[in-house]
Amino acid sequence: MTLRRYLSASSGPCDKAEEIRWRAIASHPFFKHLVLVGLASLMFYPLAWMVSASLRPDVAVNNFSLWPGRDFTLENYSRAWQGVAGIGFDRFFLNSLIIAVASVVGNVISCSMAAYAFARIDFAFRRVLFIVMLITLMIPYHAILIPQYIMFREFGWLNTILPLVVPKLLATDAFFIFLLTQFFRSIPRELDEAARIDGAGHVRIFCTVILPLSVPALATTAIFSFIYSWNDFFAPLIYLTRTANFTIPLALRAVGDASAESAFGALFAMSVLSLLPVIGVFIAFQRLLVEGIATTGMKG
Amino acid sequence: MAMEQSQSGLAAVDYQSRGEWKLRLRENIAGYLFLSPFLTGLVAIIAGPMISSLYLSFTNYTAFGRPEWIGLENYTRAFHDPRMWSAARVTITYVLAAVPSVVVFALLLAVFLNKGVRFLAVYRAVFYVPSLIGGSVAIALLWRQVFGAEGLLNYALQTIGIHHETSWIGSPSTSLSTLVILQTWQFGSAMIIFLAGLRQIPQSYYDAASIDGANTIQRFFYVTLPMLSPIILFNTVMVMIGAFHAFNAAYIISSGSGGPADSLLFFTLYLYQQGFVNFDFGYASALGWLLILAIATATAVLLISTRRWIHYGEDG
Repeated sequence: MTLRRYLSASSGPCDKAEEIRWRAIASHPFFKHLVLVGLASLMFYPLAWMVSASLRPDVAVNNFSLWPGRDFTLENYSRAWQGVAGIGFDRFFLNSLIIAVASVVGNVISCSMAAYAFARIDFAFRRVLFIVMLITLMIPYHAILIPQYIMFREFGWLNTILPLVVPKLLATDAFFIFLLTQFFRSIPRELDEAARIDGAGHVRIFCTVILPLSVPALATTAIFSFIYSWNDFFAPLIYLTRTANFTIPLALRAVGDASAESAFGALFAMSVLSLLPVIGVFIAFQRLLVEGIATTGMKG
Repeated sequence: MAMEQSQSGLAAVDYQSRGEWKLRLRENIAGYLFLSPFLTGLVAIIAGPMISSLYLSFTNYTAFGRPEWIGLENYTRAFHDPRMWSAARVTITYVLAAVPSVVVFALLLAVFLNKGVRFLAVYRAVFYVPSLIGGSVAIALLWRQVFGAEGLLNYALQTIGIHHETSWIGSPSTSLSTLVILQTWQFGSAMIIFLAGLRQIPQSYYDAASIDGANTIQRFFYVTLPMLSPIILFNTVMVMIGAFHAFNAAYIISSGSGGPADSLLFFTLYLYQQGFVNFDFGYASALGWLLILAIATATAVLLISTRRWIHYGEDG
């Protein structure tokens, strides 16, 4: 409606008026949305096409349309579910899930404990340790990778989930400590004082006052931990070498190396299955995720 | 030591401060108990391995032998290793191309979205999705197909009459560009940080600039950019560190080889090959430290060279 008004805003022959008219058209919200929707479509086309290709037989893959139509088949998914080297996809899914859930639990408990100490307890060297914690944010993984590998190998932890999970139990993801410390600090101290007068110690204040009030920050920590762990490729690549222990990314890599460029129907089906949990978590919690990044500068 | 000292000094002080001392002790015990998982991890998982990797970098140590001190030999070997140099070139090229591309794209989109576009939350969420999944193996496999010889891109070019028969990934001159595109595709998280920063700029600054006759472009260069400069720097550093660490896509697309013609041999990939294919732990540790030095140098250069144009506001 308003667009038409813009378009007929000026009818004068004068160049200036013409220019103003074009400017008005260009700045109309409709064109902004056109640009944004166009960009989003371009970005998501390959993804949508992957979904569609996974629903078609291999021969029909070289087809632009996103609608499988008459070619529609779930055959690729049943092939994907068979997994690789005689080990079913459900096994890889379970392996990934166990590691992801353990990482979430480990990170939430250990990072919130450390954050409580930094936010609420007055102990010696608190400031120094806080700065040390921030410095560990900047230490690249490659600096510690090889001794870590040698150490975990000595422990006999290769091909177990321990090298992937134990570091989370020991609060090595400083990002989350930082996020939670900032959040705990924003909780009014009067609430602690009230609990203290009732005779509560730190453990009770932590469990009954701070944690229940920090659900958004704890949820952000849990969601990011889950997604990082689910997508992680490098650490599982090093520590998990037996096919039966593979996580989904490792299984995908194995299938990807084995399949030809023209036979990717099953590979795409498996890829789609691997992305679903992340997309699901995102849809369920997108507000928390977006706010988490905006406040901490965390990378997705 | 310090504890004993304060204990011996205790006899002289009155009852009230004795209670206070007890409280302080309790606070310390509680603090270190809450911090014990973190401190264990700090020592066992981070600091300890970091120091030993520095030591290992001066040794000859293969998977099943014992470390043997060889001084700087690993570093001089790296210096004369043509593959190390090609890995360094690939990583530096990638950083120099991908970082400006991501930051500029994220900034432009954020400015574009910030001007009262409806459905902002929807666009923000949609543009953020690639940041969540872009590092995954699934997307790397998709990229391999899209830019392959019989891939989506060549198919698209064909329909508009351009016949490009070869693979964009198989050709050394274009393979790295496909990964720069993949990194740029993930501009969303940087964009969200920019959007949060843009919301902090007071509208009155723009109004004042308008009264002085500044047009849209001038307002961008004289208000938005200076006010946003700390966040631009932050995003640049974060994206840069991420780009130095890039591994997954290069590994998947080249099947771990770093080919064609080492054009996808990222430094991290070369380190992986030395450490976990050749099991040359000493040399791989030296490569790890070279990477740390490179990242530290690049960050320091960035911070020092930008000091002049970073605007931290009147009250710091």
